[in-house]
Amino acid sequence: MMNRFVLSACLVLMFGLSASAGAEQAKVVSVNQFVEHPALDSVLRGFQEQLREEGFQVEYRVHNAQANMATANLIAQQIVGERPDLVLAIATPSAQAMAQTVKKNPSMQKTPILFSAVTDPLGAGLVKDLQNPGENITGTSDLTPMDQHLALIREFHPELTSLGVIYNSGEANSRALVDLLKAETVKAGIKLEEATVARSSDVFQSARSLVGRTQAVYVPTDNTVVSAFEALAKVCQDNKLPLYAADVDSVPRGAVAALGFDYYEHGRQAGAMAGRIFRGADPATTPVETQQELELHINLPAAEAMGVTIPQALLDRAGKILE
Amino acid sequence: MTLYALLGAVEQGLVYGIMVLGVYLTFRVLNFPDLTVDGSLPLGAAVCAVAITSGIDPFLSLFLAMFAGFLAGMITGFLNTKLGILHLLASILTMIALYSINIRVMSGPNVSLLGRDTILDPLMGLGLPGYLSSIVLFSFIGAAIVIFLIWFLHTEFGQTMLATGDNPRMITSQGVNTHSVIIIGVGLSNAMVAFSGALIAQNQGAADVNMGVGTIVAGLASVIVGETVFGRGGIMRAVIAALLGSILYRLAIAMALSMKLGAFSFTPSDLNLITALLVVLALTAPKIKARFFS
Repeated sequence: MMNRFVLSACLVLMFGLSASAGAEQAKVVSVNQFVEHPALDSVLRGFQEQLREEGFQVEYRVHNAQANMATANLIAQQIVGERPDLVLAIATPSAQAMAQTVKKNPSMQKTPILFSAVTDPLGAGLVKDLQNPGENITGTSDLTPMDQHLALIREFHPELTSLGVIYNSGEANSRALVDLLKAETVKAGIKLEEATVARSSDVFQSARSLVGRTQAVYVPTDNTVVSAFEALAKVCQDNKLPLYAADVDSVPRGAVAALGFDYYEHGRQAGAMAGRIFRGADPATTPVETQQELELHINLPAAEAMGVTIPQALLDRAGKILE
Repeated sequence: MTLYALLGAVEQGLVYGIMVLGVYLTFRVLNFPDLTVDGSLPLGAAVCAVAITSGIDPFLSLFLAMFAGFLAGMITGFLNTKLGILHLLASILTMIALYSINIRVMSGPNVSLLGRDTILDPLMGLGLPGYLSSIVLFSFIGAAIVIFLIWFLHTEFGQTMLATGDNPRMITSQGVNTHSVIIIGVGLSNAMVAFSGALIAQNQGAADVNMGVGTIVAGLASVIVGETVFGRGGIMRAVIAALLGSILYRLAIAMALSMKLGAFSFTPSDLNLITALLVVLALTAPKIKARFFS
């Protein structure tokens, strides 16, 4: 750090490049990630890639809590001591730990904190207003547009009267999503059948409980169910029960289709926010963002195995079709 | 390790230390390996968080949490003594039942306390920064509970508990009903664990159904590290060692988090391994020392 500073100072003196000196100084970004997990890892990669492309030199201090809340809080304290220029908190428990640290450490009140992979920032108490966060905490929410997801499933199944959803009732994010889905199905006059799991090993049995009760199954961005997606896909294939997902990574794993949420893009979006903050934007007035561009991915073999005929209009619209 | 990280580890050691004292009570005094704690810690947090969000005073909500934990522990004790279920299994049953109950209590998996009044606010109002006020407060609470526990274990009932753990057959032959001693003992232990959970929720700004995962591991590791470093002779020494063991255990994790070794660098996913190695080191250091330096 010191060497780099001295070096760039010499360069500035030698070539008189005083105008570009500000951009040369590396920013320190501390990361509090809750758990190692393909989707959450993609968020961090996207974040780093975006800032690199924007030309920022960033030094990262990456910490991972290994899914332990006590550790997430210890990491938050560690980050206070690192005096970063910006903090990236990935997933709800880590974001809550950072938010509480701000309250307890006056020195953190000026450090911008970005959260990502948080579904319900209001419910989690991270911001008071999505448009106007008000303090030094803002970020990107992975809230998926439930109305669009349900509309997609209804395009595949115009006669749909009952839909199954499988999720971990212990995940705050999933609970928030299923509440939204319930509101949408009520509006559409569709009966929602819920199956819950407590751990990945429950997925197989819980999936079987939906057989015969529903015409299709939907999986939200639920860590527990997504990690055992193959078990679910197998049950659905064996019973010709069409399966739809909320993230595109689940399509090659056996879902008929997904209106894609892409965690890598999610991270890039957070990275772009960080870039704006480095250039002087105030987190307090930077609204919380959700992903806008959703791509449709379709898996033809899975559709065939689950007895789904795909309308031509959807095939035309798809961004990616797996043969 | 920075000063903040060090203070953070001490703070966590103190707040989880109350849980460790509860684990000490079952594990060492009653000789009852109790896994209920993985459920009763989030139960305490859940009850406390729901109480606070529905407008109950943060101090009073701590006692509600304690009471809920006491009931949970009594259920484990009841399953073990009256229904004759093996202690380990009885506690696992209560623990998994509490997972569902905790979600019911919170009407969801997570209740945020960010922006709510907590027991830390009066101290922070006095101008003490939050990271210090929590250490001051938890030191007082920890000391009070240590004193209570030492006093309690010297009472007649406490002595009966010690005897029940040491030699249940002997104590039964003396006409003591070990069943009620175990039920109350496990209840008391889980009251302390739930109290710790309630403090943790107020300190970290949220109660979450998954926050109890690994509580028993941390609890047992802390008790054992404390015993190894500070010895286990006498009640007073053992109780204080349990609380200090908790602080050492959290310091070990904080060290693991900030460890960097030149060209070979650990990745964040190595944290669990490093923590385990540090605890093993703490456990074996006295033996190695005894073998080579005496």
